[in-house]
Amino acid sequence: MSDSHAHADTGEALSAHVRAEIDHWLAKFPVDRKRSAVIAALHAVQHEKGHLPQASMDAVAGYLGIPPIQVYEVASFYSMFETRPCGRHHISVCTNISCMLCGGEDILAHLEKRLGIKVGESTADGRFYLKQEEECLAACDGAPMMMVNHVYFEHLTPAKVDQILDDHK
Amino acid sequence: MSEELVNIEVDGVPMKARKNAMVIQVTDASGVYVPRFCYHDKLSIAANCRMCLVEVEKAPKPLPACATPVAEGMKIFTKSPRAISAQKAAMEFLLINHPLDCPICDQGGECELQDLAMGFGRDVSRYAERKRVFKDENLGPLVSTDMTRCIHCTRCVRFGQEIAGIPVLGTIGRGEQTMISTFIEQSIDHELSANIIDLCPVGALNNKPYRYRARAWEMTQAPLVSPHDCVGTNLSAHVLRGRVMRIVPRANEAINESWIADRDRFSCEGFYSADRAVKPMIRHGGDWREVDWETALEAAARGLQQVVREAGPAQVGLLASPIASLEELALTAKIARALGTNNLDHRLRRVDFRDQANDPVAPMLGCAIAEIERAAGVLVVGSNLRKEVPLIAHRVRQGAVRRGAKVSFINPRSYDVRFPVAASLTSNGLGMAQHLAAVLAASLNAQGRPRPANLAAALEGVTPSAQHEAVAATLAAGDLRVILLGALAQHHAAYSELRALAAALADATGAQLGFLPEGGNAVGAALAGVLPHRAIGGRTVAAPGLNVVEMLAARLKAYVLVGGIEPADLVPSPAIDASLRGADCVVAITPYASEDVLASASVILPSAVFAETSGTWVNAEGRWQSVAGAAKPAGEARPAWKILRVLGNLLGFAGFEYVSSEEVRDELRRELDSYVGGVTAAAAFAAGRLAAMDVTREVTIYGVDAIVRRSAPLQATIDGRKGGAGGGGA
Repeated sequence: MSDSHAHADTGEALSAHVRAEIDHWLAKFPVDRKRSAVIAALHAVQHEKGHLPQASMDAVAGYLGIPPIQVYEVASFYSMFETRPCGRHHISVCTNISCMLCGGEDILAHLEKRLGIKVGESTADGRFYLKQEEECLAACDGAPMMMVNHVYFEHLTPAKVDQILDDHK
Repeated sequence: MSEELVNIEVDGVPMKARKNAMVIQVTDASGVYVPRFCYHDKLSIAANCRMCLVEVEKAPKPLPACATPVAEGMKIFTKSPRAISAQKAAMEFLLINHPLDCPICDQGGECELQDLAMGFGRDVSRYAERKRVFKDENLGPLVSTDMTRCIHCTRCVRFGQEIAGIPVLGTIGRGEQTMISTFIEQSIDHELSANIIDLCPVGALNNKPYRYRARAWEMTQAPLVSPHDCVGTNLSAHVLRGRVMRIVPRANEAINESWIADRDRFSCEGFYSADRAVKPMIRHGGDWREVDWETALEAAARGLQQVVREAGPAQVGLLASPIASLEELALTAKIARALGTNNLDHRLRRVDFRDQANDPVAPMLGCAIAEIERAAGVLVVGSNLRKEVPLIAHRVRQGAVRRGAKVSFINPRSYDVRFPVAASLTSNGLGMAQHLAAVLAASLNAQGRPRPANLAAALEGVTPSAQHEAVAATLAAGDLRVILLGALAQHHAAYSELRALAAALADATGAQLGFLPEGGNAVGAALAGVLPHRAIGGRTVAAPGLNVVEMLAARLKAYVLVGGIEPADLVPSPAIDASLRGADCVVAITPYASEDVLASASVILPSAVFAETSGTWVNAEGRWQSVAGAAKPAGEARPAWKILRVLGNLLGFAGFEYVSSEEVRDELRRELDSYVGGVTAAAAFAAGRLAAMDVTREVTIYGVDAIVRRSAPLQATIDGRKGGAGGGGA
């Protein structure tokens, strides 16, 4: 993953790759409904930059011909989008009902202690980002569970968590 | 729109309703009350507050009245136990996160949430947990925020998208952390922005300058008409102990709907400025002495009489502001003509008077304000429309956005109008008159009509481009098409050409020619004969007097300035200072004793601002609106019509025995009933070669008149910071 999130972006245009990706999605929608491509566009930007700098969101708004606030609304609504710089590896611990009953909150507490950060924060070395998880991650049969970079890890114990962290450099 | 009717029943009462109308529209129209927060009849339907839930027969659960279309045979219950219980539940949810800070909230006493909580809320909250809190937004100098009070009705968000056309506020975040925010800190830079104060049903968005100034229930309300532009916007003043605390909209569907411009709302912040004239004053050499009214008025009368006696009435010039009331304008004209002078004008920023003989009797819109929304084609010539007349711009925008009206502009430069524009003809090597001539040529060519004789020279060699042809085509068909001449045209050095061309284009296309004059009473001033070449109703004057530019260049011996005229209201010229400061007698009837007034006047007669006097304003439609005044004049200031009346008495003129402003108005009305001249602008003016350079002057939105220029909050906005009365040639 690129390290461009480490410094603020200064209004640069979207990369050719991102523009091609947006065009690919725009082709699927009616020409007067460009707003429909905003989620796909933000995915492309975040994939490239690690998060969504304001300048990039403004560039997406400009590219789609919609007011910037409509991009901010989408970016701030979905928990998959990061509007602030964050660590490389995204960890989401489920604390919804099944996981809660099986010790998900203990797993989260262990992670916070081990990484020395609170939910919503990133480690100082930029390695880990402990996301605020909004909803059930739909793996109740494997509770307690967490997701690291979109990969599910189930039936967790503190020892297992330590091993997973060690595997993510 | 379907006019098909369906039969429905509301609370057991059978009624007919337009098919596809929403339940809440039917209940509102028939006087059945349904509580609501997010629904607003000028905005799209969001259905997110759930306060308007009603019971509908056969529906499995309560339905939102704002988003449920009526259907044949529908039975609606707005006050059944099920409906009431749903409404009470919605209220309980809304109050979960709402702070209980009504005693320190400016909205207290006029709060929709507070009112509905009285009707639908529980006595004691069952919610004992922590309430969520948000940081306040900084939206600029006009709107204060307390976002913790927000109930997420999104009226302000929809206003930005649908009415202003500048969506700055949005719904940020999700779930419990949802907040109305700009996301990045920015002010709302729009001339109608403060309407979100009225839209907000709670105390989240409030009037910033008015903050903590008064409570809603202590104030009295009185109707006013805005003098700041030609719309005649209806206002209500809220008054406490004789002073205007704030101004709010007074709904009038035909004029301003429920909106007002920020300029109308916050000009009251300029009423009580530090330089407000509160006592009559007389100059003694270099010093000013405060005197009583009798002394001041006698000094003014004596000064004028002396000039008339020694130098003749032609040495007296009178200027009246187009924001003054009709009564003040009529009395100014009456005094001028009784003095024996026609040196009289209200067209303070106009420079081109060559074709004033063909001026319309009054610079009117030619159609109703509400009709502008329905025009198929609109051509705006010389106007920064949003900043000059915000509510006309709103109507034009609604036509363009909702009805697909084709709107084009001919301007010295292009302006951001926030709606789709058919064509924007700016410069590109051509002057405004040349663009207009090309559109006229295109229209005449398309119809195979000959070029009018008076414009032959102007149209010679004009070859329209495809863009000019496209603009001509937008005016060719449709029930109503309008050509509007704005302030940039009226201030233009080639206004005569512009108007002759516009009149010919209107003639060729069948479009309506309309004017957007500066000031709330330019139409009234013209009707009252505040002109050097015309008396009441356009009656011809035997020997026309000097116009404003000539008067100020002529170094007359006496001037009378009515309605708070300052150099910023006039065409900038070094002659102004020399003329006013060099005159023997300058009588300033003004609310403000500014440095310029102190430097030039010999007598200051402090007058009331528009909110402090009874009077009539005639808007661009020609609609007469009389109000009784709201507040007490500051200090010893008096309504200007009374000052002029007594001045007329002291000058020894007959017919100045009025006891009320209504008598002045009615006298003028009778004169107008007996005669209103007819001048068709379809003009005899022979235009010569057209200039490629536009020499005109743009006045900023918050620089238009003395009151607005003194409103600190308006001057602190982005528009205000662009300069009080600035602007140069373009």
